[in-house]
Amino acid sequence: MTRDLLRFATAGSVDDGKSTLVGRLLYDTKSVLADQIEAVTRASADRGLATPDLSLLVDGLRAEREQGITIDVAYRYFSTPSREFVLADTPGHVQYTRNTVTGASTAELAVLLVDARHGVVEQTRRHAAVLALLRVPRLVLAINKIDLVGYDEGVVAAIAKEFAGLARSLGFADPAVVTIPVSALLGDNVVEPSARTPWYEGPTLLGHLESVPVTGPDVTAPFRMPVQYVIRTGPGAAVSDYRGYAGQVAAGTVAAGDEVVVLPGGARTTVASVQTADGPLAAAGAGRSVTVLLTDDIDISRGDVLASAAAPPRVTDELEATLCWLAEKPLRPGARLLLKHGTRTTPVLVGAITERLDTDTLTFGAAPAELAINDIARVGLHTADPLPVDDYADVRATGSVLLIDPQTGNTLAAGLLGTPLALLDPLTGP
Amino acid sequence: MTAPALDALDALESESIHIFREVAGEFDRPVILFSGGKDSTLLVHLAAKAFAPAPIPFGLLHVDTGHNYPEVIDFRDRLVARLGLRLEVARVQDWIDDGRLVERADGTRNPLQTTPLLDTINAHRFDAVVGGARRDEERARAKERILSLRDAFGRWDPRRQRPELWNLYNGRHAPGEHVRVFPISNWTELDVWRYIRREGIELPSIYYAHRREVFRRDGMWLAAGPWGGPRGTERVELRTVRYRTVGDGSCTGAVESTAATLDEVIAEVTASRLTERGATRADDRLSEAAMEDRKREGYF
Repeated sequence: MTRDLLRFATAGSVDDGKSTLVGRLLYDTKSVLADQIEAVTRASADRGLATPDLSLLVDGLRAEREQGITIDVAYRYFSTPSREFVLADTPGHVQYTRNTVTGASTAELAVLLVDARHGVVEQTRRHAAVLALLRVPRLVLAINKIDLVGYDEGVVAAIAKEFAGLARSLGFADPAVVTIPVSALLGDNVVEPSARTPWYEGPTLLGHLESVPVTGPDVTAPFRMPVQYVIRTGPGAAVSDYRGYAGQVAAGTVAAGDEVVVLPGGARTTVASVQTADGPLAAAGAGRSVTVLLTDDIDISRGDVLASAAAPPRVTDELEATLCWLAEKPLRPGARLLLKHGTRTTPVLVGAITERLDTDTLTFGAAPAELAINDIARVGLHTADPLPVDDYADVRATGSVLLIDPQTGNTLAAGLLGTPLALLDPLTGP
Repeated sequence: MTAPALDALDALESESIHIFREVAGEFDRPVILFSGGKDSTLLVHLAAKAFAPAPIPFGLLHVDTGHNYPEVIDFRDRLVARLGLRLEVARVQDWIDDGRLVERADGTRNPLQTTPLLDTINAHRFDAVVGGARRDEERARAKERILSLRDAFGRWDPRRQRPELWNLYNGRHAPGEHVRVFPISNWTELDVWRYIRREGIELPSIYYAHRREVFRRDGMWLAAGPWGGPRGTERVELRTVRYRTVGDGSCTGAVESTAATLDEVIAEVTASRLTERGATRADDRLSEAAMEDRKREGYF
């Protein structure tokens, strides 16, 4: 039986009970084994607790356990008979943008937590804005701690209504958003349906995660593949005089006979075959690592992009990007950094900061003189080499970049090309 | 219009191959850490697939505690010969002999591997050190990046990790620093076994049930050997056992098992109520943060 894989992320403010929810999900799906339970029970007893603190299952670092907070994105794994799950658990404190962006970048769904007593707070709006910016396709609003509001349907309905307006204004379609009332502490509606919420007829959190369709590759998207490596053999090898271009299909599909263009150079050629170590494939879709053989002998190296000749990306050295600034040190116009796009790294000159997202009003407003950590802003970039790019909203792989500090090598920013965040008026909606 | 999503094992395989190709494209002197265990054997299999029909463009490094199982060394040497790989062996015994390391009172050599590992990385100027660690193994490893920077002393600082987005990996490092790379980060123990069955990957025979002379210590079955056992009242018995992990013989326990085939092993792993490290690794039982502390010092 084949099983598919759902990558999802969790986000929420400090004290929303996110680690407890994740611990509950792992515990109730029996993904936690006896020695891990024993370790948590022992550690909880050391802290004077009568029942095991499930958050200790996931807070892995010494400092996290000592301070009772989650510091860094943690990855968790569990499975049910039909599906495997990779969970990026993103903490909600100071470095929230950095962590949420990291977790959301590979997620097909995000679970956003709110405390039923507080409802939608500033942090919820910020997290939702980041999830919208990264174009996470589906959202779950988990209204936690419903035991502390007496399982009150009215409280849940009011929060759900407020959040629905927020989600609409960020461009989420209504069917992409599901609200589930839960108590992570007591297990209500996490894995087992709760008898204490008879007014709630929707799925449990796990039930939803299991049934939501995993997005397969879009076969109508234009083909894109950054070349990672050129695989060659010499005349004396078992497979002699081989020359193939290795990469992971980033968008669309590729098949023998397809017309492709090699960018940024612009040479056109035809795909001779699509190979893997297990033999040739009739066609390969997004996500598949392959080796592409071409009919013509063209100079191609790491950093080039193979793309559909009929619908190629644009080639430019002037980029408009929405940046998530992730570093402690500020960004000022005129900075000279490195930019990584696909498999190519090139020097970049930072141009004007045109506008910054106000995460309270969810509108773009006047640009500051410099960007600080967690800022989201529109910025112009001038690259040393021309790049084959798409808008992030159209093709994620060729529409995303990293900015890197040339001195320390640290990752400073995530950049999304084009205008990935389409903000709508919260009152009128889409 | 969308096609069906990739099967979970196909998705994991493609992700790991992508990571291996990034390593080959971005680093000058990569090396694969190889213990002969199932995870590092899987790494070599994935690397071979990533670069086929060309050979794997880098070699293997085995940090040898000297407390080995002969079946594993035999397996290692056959694998290296079959794939035509370069193998570098760093022997903990050499570090003990010339005084750079001192044997521990408890006889275990697992923690002693860090110094020979870092010395060998420096001597060969390896800039990417590829390991078979998985995030599902242990809580500190759940926080690890796929490309993880180590300073000139080989240290990991969990509070200063680079954000890692999409599949854009940042491998930049200063001279003297190196990057640890974990291509099977997102695989679980069960994924590894299912894939081994699907691909028909050969493993050392000690992963399957066999008769062995063992003694009981700290709730684990340890093999009798020059590393200090049995002691005192510990009594050697002949049992039918298998190993779930391959590590230093002094602290890696066998589990009682009759699982002699891949299907039986998968059934056993699926039903197990203990993690592989919890069941059989004394080194992780030392404290709540045993793995984090070793990783900070430069351990795998």
